[in-house]
Amino acid sequence: MKIREIAEILGATIEVQGDSLDLEVDAAFGSDLMSDVMAYAKDNVLLLTGLVSPQVIRTAEMMDIKTVVLVRGKKPDHCMIQLAEEKGITLLSTKDTMFVSCGKLYSTGLTGKGVRE
Amino acid sequence: MSGIIRLHFELPGNDLMSAGEASSSVKKKLNQLGINPAAVKKAAIAMYEAEINAIIHAGGGTLAVTITKDRINIVISDHGPGIADLDLAMQEGYSTAPDYIREMGFGAGMGLPNIKRNADRLEIKSAVGQGTTVEITVFF
Repeated sequence: MKIREIAEILGATIEVQGDSLDLEVDAAFGSDLMSDVMAYAKDNVLLLTGLVSPQVIRTAEMMDIKTVVLVRGKKPDHCMIQLAEEKGITLLSTKDTMFVSCGKLYSTGLTGKGVRE
Repeated sequence: MSGIIRLHFELPGNDLMSAGEASSSVKKKLNQLGINPAAVKKAAIAMYEAEINAIIHAGGGTLAVTITKDRINIVISDHGPGIADLDLAMQEGYSTAPDYIREMGFGAGMGLPNIKRNADRLEIKSAVGQGTTVEITVFF
């Protein structure tokens, strides 16, 4: 699924465009703990989080995650925006909760297969 | 690649915003060298977790990297409080981190286990009241 389709499904605003909205992801991982992202997420996942911190972008960078969705209406701060722009990471913001965001994406075809069992 | 590449970074302890910059620079370097992506990711995760640890627990430290043809060796040293019980610290879920660290998305007791999972070789030397040295090796 393309990032622009994900943004549409979640009614998300695009806070930072990143490298491309046409990138494809087929799996997602939701967590507010960045160490868990590094412990469980594998290749080419979308990250959903309620955490606003530059460390979210750092974690995405280390994990080669190209798109981050902030849930529960969280907005990125200046540091996060600056770092995402620098790293070419797309940053979206949705008013949906974590549960609802994950449910919407799961029901339209994203899976959890990019995650360590 | 030929020869040995050495990189050195100071990790400032009072600047949580810049935490991860050293690991970011090293990851960029490994990508420039054309190292296989799986090895780059393993090194990046282990290094970033160790960098965060030095900043969270020890008020900063140093990160020294040596890259040769077949491996990256990463040494993170600090003069923090040391680790009293290393076996306990290696267990998933055990943490001594304060609450403000959890607000950054860390401090859930996954750091050292993550380092161990991604390092091909890991050596931790720690003495209470003196500091900790973590040596991570990842083969390409």
